[in-house]
Amino acid sequence: MNILVVDDERDVQTLFEQRFRREIRSGEFQFFFTFSGEEALSCLEKEDSEIVLILSDINMPGMSGLELLQSIRQTHPHSPPVVMMITAYGDDETHAQALQLGANDFLTKPLNFGELKDKLKETL
Amino acid sequence: MSTTSFLIAFFFINYVRKAIQSESKYPELDRLIVSARYFTVGLFAMMFIFDEIAIFRFIWPSYLIFLVWVSHERDELEPVRSTSLSLLPYAAITLLGEIIRFVAKDFYQQFDDFFEAGKFFAFVWVFILWLNNRKQEKALEAERLKLEKQEELGRITEEQRSQLEVLVTERTAELRLQKEELEKALDHLKATQNQLIHAEKMASLGELTAGIAHEIQNPLNFVNNFSEVSVELVEELKEESQKPEQDTELIHELLTDIQQNLQKIQHHGKRADSIVKGMLQHSRTSSGQKENVDLNAMADEYLRLAYHGLRAKDKAFNAKMVPELDPTLGKVNVLPQDLGRVLLNMLTNAFYAVSEKKRQQPQGYDPTVWIVTQSRPGQVVIRIRDNGTGMPESVKQKIFQPFFTTKPTGQGTGLGLSLSYDIITKGHGGTLEVVTQEGAFTEFIIRLPR
Repeated sequence: MNILVVDDERDVQTLFEQRFRREIRSGEFQFFFTFSGEEALSCLEKEDSEIVLILSDINMPGMSGLELLQSIRQTHPHSPPVVMMITAYGDDETHAQALQLGANDFLTKPLNFGELKDKLKETL
Repeated sequence: MSTTSFLIAFFFINYVRKAIQSESKYPELDRLIVSARYFTVGLFAMMFIFDEIAIFRFIWPSYLIFLVWVSHERDELEPVRSTSLSLLPYAAITLLGEIIRFVAKDFYQQFDDFFEAGKFFAFVWVFILWLNNRKQEKALEAERLKLEKQEELGRITEEQRSQLEVLVTERTAELRLQKEELEKALDHLKATQNQLIHAEKMASLGELTAGIAHEIQNPLNFVNNFSEVSVELVEELKEESQKPEQDTELIHELLTDIQQNLQKIQHHGKRADSIVKGMLQHSRTSSGQKENVDLNAMADEYLRLAYHGLRAKDKAFNAKMVPELDPTLGKVNVLPQDLGRVLLNMLTNAFYAVSEKKRQQPQGYDPTVWIVTQSRPGQVVIRIRDNGTGMPESVKQKIFQPFFTTKPTGQGTGLGLSLSYDIITKGHGGTLEVVTQEGAFTEFIIRLPR
């Protein structure tokens, strides 16, 4: 399963690679990393068919996670990959907005990786 | 003949009394003078009672000479001394005539006319001198009156002067009181100003808090995550080391990861540390001491703080941050707390301006805030630019005035930019200017001498 992670913090890549070390090694998950919404869109253009799940931060400079979500839902209305939003600001308003824009899930930082792992496996 | 002498003596005594004003000035002498007058009249009366004319012929001129002598004896009579001398020729001639008549009657009778003529001229002499004296006295009197007038005038002037002095003293006291009141008011204003500066600082700190919390939360998450992962890695390493057949490649990989994670933990720990330090520095009272500061790092840090500060308040808010930092800038000698406040204030304003514009124009607008540092000969330039709402000329002219704010009541103290202006110009000897176009952009340009 190909998963695209979008976050402006570059260390997120190292973290995911280590947290999902066993799954990556076994080939269960494959992670792609982009560091902005714009980058994520161009990545989707290339890997469209491959990516089945997107994990995106909301608060990023430039295009925000919510704008990215909106864009994905508009450009790929028929084959929507699963989109999970992650944010440090877990307020209800943002939560509602994310769900309204078509997010499949809403996670708050700090991430509980055990829970995330279960959710990802469930989606599979 | 004795009648003439009597008249001369009588008028002379009266004249003396008037001339020296003895009645008011020398009461003791005045009594003597009055007595002399009575004596004169008495002598004249006795002349008729006793009818001894012969002896009186000697007494009268002697009496006149005595009066002249007295005039020269008493110091108080100095003013009449010269006048008294006019009596002398008449008295002398009369006395000489009487002595000659007494000693040589024939001789006297022979030259009778001469003596009579001498007496006459001496009397005329007295009269002329008396007239002359009167004239002089009148002149003197006029002079005296003039002097008195002047004295009166002087006295009035003096009186007015002392009245004025009293008035001046009163006014001075009033002014001093006013000055003291003003000084008190000034002290009060200074205290209020300090409170306001403090309030402004606390307000900006409040704006910062959310940003700071976010900024600290992020590195802390990494610290927690990387340390948790490292525990897992160590666990795996332990398991692997207990196996009889060890995968050395895996062990090496695990060790590399652990090392990398520890470096990450350290990196993010330091990141959180510097944010906390920055916050403490911001809330601390300015030490007033300039320090060599990495202005680029400071600019970057405050850019993030301001951004997160606004984002924490407005969840939907988003903007592009563009730091364009001159790598040749080096360290700059500034008041770090004060300059930090200026940067924070301007950046907060910039983010506010772009968020306002985004609210008005949600589509096709890319909110962006730039912070630019430039090294110029002899100075450092910091530009804070946003493509937000901009300002009309009327607002631009007032932004550095204390208490001026365009934000809704309660959202801004209106002191931020006026304090910033003071910090840059007075605190650093630099300049602060603003370039703006309504609806397009705003740029603050700080120039600091180095």
